Amino acid sequence: MNYFPDEVLEHVFDFITSHKDRNSVSLVCKSWYKIERCSRQRVFIGNCYSISPERLIARFPGLKSLTLKGKPHFADFNLVPHDWGGFVYPWIKALAKSRIGLEELRLKRMVVSDESLELLSKSFVNFKSLVLVSCEGFTTDGLAAIAANCRFLRELDLQENEVDDHRGHWLSCFPESCTSLISLNFACLRGEVNLGALERLVSRSPNLKSLRLNRAVPLDTLQKLLMRAPQLVDLGIGSYVHDPFSEVYNKLKIAIQRCKSIRSLSGFLEVAPHCMSAIYPICGNLTFLNLSYAPGLHGNKLMKLIQHCRKLQRLWILDCIGDKGLGVVALTCKELQELRVFPSDPFGAGNAAVTEEGLVLVSAGCPKLNSLLYFCQQMTNAALITVAKNCPNFIRFRLCILDPIKPDPVTNQPLDEGFGAIVQSCKGLKRLSLSGLLTDQVFLYIGMYAEQLEMLSIAFAADSDKGMLYVLNGCKKLRKLEIRDCPFGDAALLEDVGKYETMRSLWMSSCEVTLGGCKSVAEKMPSLNVEIIDECEQMEFNLVDKQKVDKMYLYRTLVGHRKDAPEYVLIL
Amino acid sequence: MSSENGKRLLETDAGGLNFEATELTLGLPGEPRVTSDGGAKLGSKRGFSETVDLKLGDNNREVKLGHSLQEAAKSPVSKTQVVGWPPVRGFAKRGKKSCKYVKVAVDGAPYLRKVDLEIYNSYQQLLTSLEDMFSCFTIRNYLNEKKIEQVNGIEYMPTYEDKDGDWMLVGDVPWQMFVESCKRLRLMKSSEAVGLGLTTGPKYSSTN
Repeated sequence: MNYFPDEVLEHVFDFITSHKDRNSVSLVCKSWYKIERCSRQRVFIGNCYSISPERLIARFPGLKSLTLKGKPHFADFNLVPHDWGGFVYPWIKALAKSRIGLEELRLKRMVVSDESLELLSKSFVNFKSLVLVSCEGFTTDGLAAIAANCRFLRELDLQENEVDDHRGHWLSCFPESCTSLISLNFACLRGEVNLGALERLVSRSPNLKSLRLNRAVPLDTLQKLLMRAPQLVDLGIGSYVHDPFSEVYNKLKIAIQRCKSIRSLSGFLEVAPHCMSAIYPICGNLTFLNLSYAPGLHGNKLMKLIQHCRKLQRLWILDCIGDKGLGVVALTCKELQELRVFPSDPFGAGNAAVTEEGLVLVSAGCPKLNSLLYFCQQMTNAALITVAKNCPNFIRFRLCILDPIKPDPVTNQPLDEGFGAIVQSCKGLKRLSLSGLLTDQVFLYIGMYAEQLEMLSIAFAADSDKGMLYVLNGCKKLRKLEIRDCPFGDAALLEDVGKYETMRSLWMSSCEVTLGGCKSVAEKMPSLNVEIIDECEQMEFNLVDKQKVDKMYLYRTLVGHRKDAPEYVLIL
Repeated sequence: MSSENGKRLLETDAGGLNFEATELTLGLPGEPRVTSDGGAKLGSKRGFSETVDLKLGDNNREVKLGHSLQEAAKSPVSKTQVVGWPPVRGFAKRGKKSCKYVKVAVDGAPYLRKVDLEIYNSYQQLLTSLEDMFSCFTIRNYLNEKKIEQVNGIEYMPTYEDKDGDWMLVGDVPWQMFVESCKRLRLMKSSEAVGLGLTTGPKYSSTN
């Protein structure tokens, strides 16, 4: 029942921006549903196969910004074959045919062809922003089309994509008339870029706030770019190798000092550690520092740099920082909220440099810590219990012990108690990744305490189906569950198939589920797509229900089986 | 179950792994673990490869992990123990200084050698190693500014080809910069370099 005219409600809805809230608003009544859908501008689709572009267009005629995610998370670790799916072309094609005035497209783990990019660039007059994260399938030719045709482009942000670099002059394709750039990130490109074109582009972009360069941009170009863009807020340095006694280096020092607005620094894709002192003047203002691509930076040089960064809120670093280095972080970075420590030598035998000690130090020194990704050599229950006490505010807690079934090295016990302490203390925990030796017990704790948990990643853990059951029964807000190499079988899978409709997706690989079990889920739940990914095509010769399934990915959907699956994907 | 193979997992080719070596067994919590040296090794840092030595009470797990490791043995990526572990995206790009092997040519030698520049920390270490490798020659120790005893009467100058394709004298730039830009090394006969008129030594001494 409306006491107000539609326009008033629409104006009120303008203030509601979160996707969750807008989804809730649309459920109140028919009238609210209608007003909401006509006024919605931003739509987020977490699984591109859960809905079709046609239905999207029909429901949200005012769509301006679309976010789409394709492949499951484990695709990042080579567990999903390249051509499994997640193609964006059908979406762009459908949107192009419609009257939707698309302005922003954000894609994650999707396959993006040059054809898609070209069609995108030509179909939407007001297109402003393209963000591609962990995508693949395109070349610099596609980027050239975007540069050339999107007259009002503000943002081109490429993060960790697999791009076939044709060393073309895509940067030169930005016309002289293009002066609207606010954000340009091409750090993941491996090829040469036209440096002259880059300098001219930056010169004519007075609104440029974010610039992330690739490895092919040398120090002297960096210096010139900074001289032209002292207003930058976010900088990603490409190559940082030079002679500290050179003229160029002196010029760089001056240029950097002018950049008083830089709050975020990343890159250093190639680095000569003794040139770091030029950076010190801006360190004091940094809130985000990402050195995870700079293995050349470690030891004292790294320590000195961090000691200048007193306002840091987010730090991404390699484990060559060591426990001692994390101690320096703990003393210096009192505002720290997010820490990510990546392995510098993932397959090295015991050369990784951080242990539970570093984590404990940070937890003690940085009370605001709420997000963690930590690759380490070992972990103890005692340390986890201490961390849980020091930092009850974790939203994201992802721990990866490089030896995935390693027990507590001091007590030789599994890490059940440690993780149990984390879930019990951190009442707002939304994302958890486990590793180390773990029994069913840890899952009992998770089911009991992790009430806000939305995403859980499990590998090489548990003793029986009970583990999975504790989680499915206990975690009411669970949306994504991904499991590999655990002894969970059909009994766990089939216990409560209705649960999967409340979740976005479930991934299980190298577990004990059988073809028969998966078929059963598919039969009982027509609203789910149950995919069996069988690269070795063992199933072709052996379609027996008892056969164990190597990889299963199931997800809820409103549009039934997808038509673009490759031969080795069987949709039940 | 053979345990000696376990430690060599990292070094051998995937093709060389036999199934026994990749079979994994785990003990239940509390059960004593038997490692390759026969005693429980508590608190030691171990790579994943060493977990092959652990014994499992639960058969299920044996099959599970054995399966994953069996797959690893089939995989062409010899260094990966298990596909997708550790779960790091783009680890190949982040990775610790991927070894940098460069060819070393010596004027007069019938074949070339290769060295990994990443294992050295200074010019001195590199040159010492080269001298060992080509022990019949003497490399002019330019950096220490003193002449080495000429063993067979022939002196060599260490030079390298940089990213731009130019041949440079080893020692002028900081070590790390040299490692980044060096594409190949050539030990050039000093007699050939006579005409170059090099009177000053390089900037970076061996203590760098």
